[in-house]
Amino acid sequence: MSKLVVKYPVHTQEILNVNGDEAVAYAVKQSLVDVVSAYPITPQTIIVEKFSEFVADGLVHTEFIPVESEHSAMSACVGAAAAGARAFTATSSQGLALMVEIVYIASALRLPIVMAVANRALSAPINIHNDHSDAYLMRDAGWVQLFTENVQETYDTTIQAFKIAEDERVLLPVAVNLDGFFLSHTLENIRVLPDNAVAEFLGGYRKVAKLRVDYFDEEVPHMLNPARPLTFGSLDLYDFYFEHKVQQVEAMKNVPGVVREVNEKWYELTGRRYGDGVIDAYGVEDADIVVVAMGSGAGTVRSVVKKYREKGEKVGLVRIRMFRPFPFDEVRSLLKDVKAVAVMDKGIGPGSFGALYQDVVSSLYDLGSHPLTVDYVYGLGGRDLTPDLVVKMIEQVKEDVKTGQVKEKIRYLGVRG
Amino acid sequence: MVVKTIPEFPVKKGEPAYKVWIFEPGWKGEIPLNFNLRQVAEQKRSPLLPGHRLCAGCAAPIVVKLASFAFRGPTIVVNATGCLEVATTIFPYTSWAVPWIHNAFENAASTASGVESAVKAMKKTGRLPYEHVDVVVFAGDGGTFDIGFQALSGMAERGHDVLYILYDNEAYMNTGIQRSGGTPKYAATTTSPAGEVIPGKPESKKPIADIMVAHRIPYVATATPAHWMDFMKKVRKGIEVNGPAFIHSLSSCDRGWRHDNAISIEVLRRAVDTCYFPLWEWTPDTGYMLTDRSLVIARNPSLKQPIEKFVEVQGRFRHLMKPENKEKLKELQEYVDKVWEDLLKRASNAPK
Repeated sequence: MSKLVVKYPVHTQEILNVNGDEAVAYAVKQSLVDVVSAYPITPQTIIVEKFSEFVADGLVHTEFIPVESEHSAMSACVGAAAAGARAFTATSSQGLALMVEIVYIASALRLPIVMAVANRALSAPINIHNDHSDAYLMRDAGWVQLFTENVQETYDTTIQAFKIAEDERVLLPVAVNLDGFFLSHTLENIRVLPDNAVAEFLGGYRKVAKLRVDYFDEEVPHMLNPARPLTFGSLDLYDFYFEHKVQQVEAMKNVPGVVREVNEKWYELTGRRYGDGVIDAYGVEDADIVVVAMGSGAGTVRSVVKKYREKGEKVGLVRIRMFRPFPFDEVRSLLKDVKAVAVMDKGIGPGSFGALYQDVVSSLYDLGSHPLTVDYVYGLGGRDLTPDLVVKMIEQVKEDVKTGQVKEKIRYLGVRG
Repeated sequence: MVVKTIPEFPVKKGEPAYKVWIFEPGWKGEIPLNFNLRQVAEQKRSPLLPGHRLCAGCAAPIVVKLASFAFRGPTIVVNATGCLEVATTIFPYTSWAVPWIHNAFENAASTASGVESAVKAMKKTGRLPYEHVDVVVFAGDGGTFDIGFQALSGMAERGHDVLYILYDNEAYMNTGIQRSGGTPKYAATTTSPAGEVIPGKPESKKPIADIMVAHRIPYVATATPAHWMDFMKKVRKGIEVNGPAFIHSLSSCDRGWRHDNAISIEVLRRAVDTCYFPLWEWTPDTGYMLTDRSLVIARNPSLKQPIEKFVEVQGRFRHLMKPENKEKLKELQEYVDKVWEDLLKRASNAPK
């Protein structure tokens, strides 16, 4: 294997002691963002606070719009991105629920907005702590959804998100999900690139993609441009709506390739990469039992899995980094020979299964013989995932493998009663 | 055939009426404002192109046309969901010859905030190829009085340099004439029908323009397309001020107001003549100032018409003309008189 020469080796990268929210704000500061429009909500607030400091100190050229609601936060991002700007917002939970109408519009208008979602449980009961119910709420909104495991990855992914969103093969908005409090408020020493390296990685300010419309002879920028006027957000009835929605699906198909490419480019630049960018797998090659998880909980699972491996037990972890578009083929090929799969859902779908479980099972259905599958709902409302709970889960699945059947398809990890 | 250049002065003879407004990068100058009716008719090109599907007799396209005659240069239009939006942009067609965006119903003002901020950020970094790009919103009464009010108030408070033009047809016409916060008292709509017990909408119209005055933004005005010169002047002022401006234009809807589609402008004229809808403008420096016909009426009160003149031509008020509802009509007259007298007290140019 040839040795890669990293452009900015780790020892040359500045160390910052920041929490996940500050890491996002710092990444946005470096990403030459034109418009940030956001509304405060715990646990995302520090992103907005920190970024306001950058604005107040004149460290960025960004227009910061302190909007009166999350609905307006996303609406202003849509306006700004349509006008050709690089736009960013951040939210959590109820904020995301309030803006969700415009979340769908942002993707359908093909605007490369980046949003950090500091994941928090949805009300009621009102709760400020972490789970993934907010991210699950927008899973069909046509956004690329990336989940990070630690603060370093959150910084890296926020910058990557602009690169992915603005790629001409994609032109879709990207949500960077960081677990509320577990990442948003947890200090970590991270390595950051110099400003000019980030600017260079992103190719400077946003470059607007071009498209063809029938009343111009040339390709014109896809923006609100007085030199080449376009109509954004027109009424689209049964004769065209369907085709336009299918075009969104087509764009989604290009996402995994671009995410992998960006992951590799980032590796060449920084020496850091996260699996192939789509999935970060550990110990699955010969595994009998595999745990599938997303977000910071995957770190806890990995440390437990390592202990099983040390004992010689064939347990593995698949961390889904890209939840939308869901990597069905990759999941299928990684899990095709395992005996049992425990899917960890940090969100609940009363009357059905967790969202991640449904996707994993859909991936496996076309296999001739399926592994056993169990949906483990855990961590709702910020309930801690201890290593003991992960051990309990793996031991249960080992029993299932012995008996060859799973009686309860949904199990609740760490719930009383 | 579509011609792609900016509207020229004077328009060349024989050129088609369809023009996509092209401001090439580096365009400088200011489109002149012209009040010579013949010259306006001959030389001005609306960026709302023919072929849209708004109803015959609808005043909304006239609002847009008159407003556009006062545009000063590169302009981006933001449209809330509503009749104007759905009827002018049915894919794959568009009637808009300027950059135009529709986002959703309640967020025209916040979308415009984003557009304006993008323009600012680009100007700051030397990426804007113009001296200025104006942002103009068109939104109906539903998108302004009701569902869009929060976004509008936020935009005003934050001071975005946007002209927000409300075309107020006094109900949710696009969904089929349901009552809104802009519907006047006793008007019949499909959700406030004139029934045996309840005679149309029981509540009065929300004083939206006064509420915008309370935001103390640089410019607020009322207007109607019937008073076209007054309208154009106000639009240009609203564009020129540095900060948010709000123009409340009454906009007749023959389907919803139930009048002959040939008298749309006449109905609006009567709205002003009866002082149902007075024309004024407000700035933080001048306070309320009556304009056009309303100033004339203030100076010569005998010109003020009774409210019947406005009500009698509209089917939505038909029940008020019945003898048993005489009291209701009187009540409406008293309400209009009170609002008018209140305005006379506040208007600095009204005779005291």
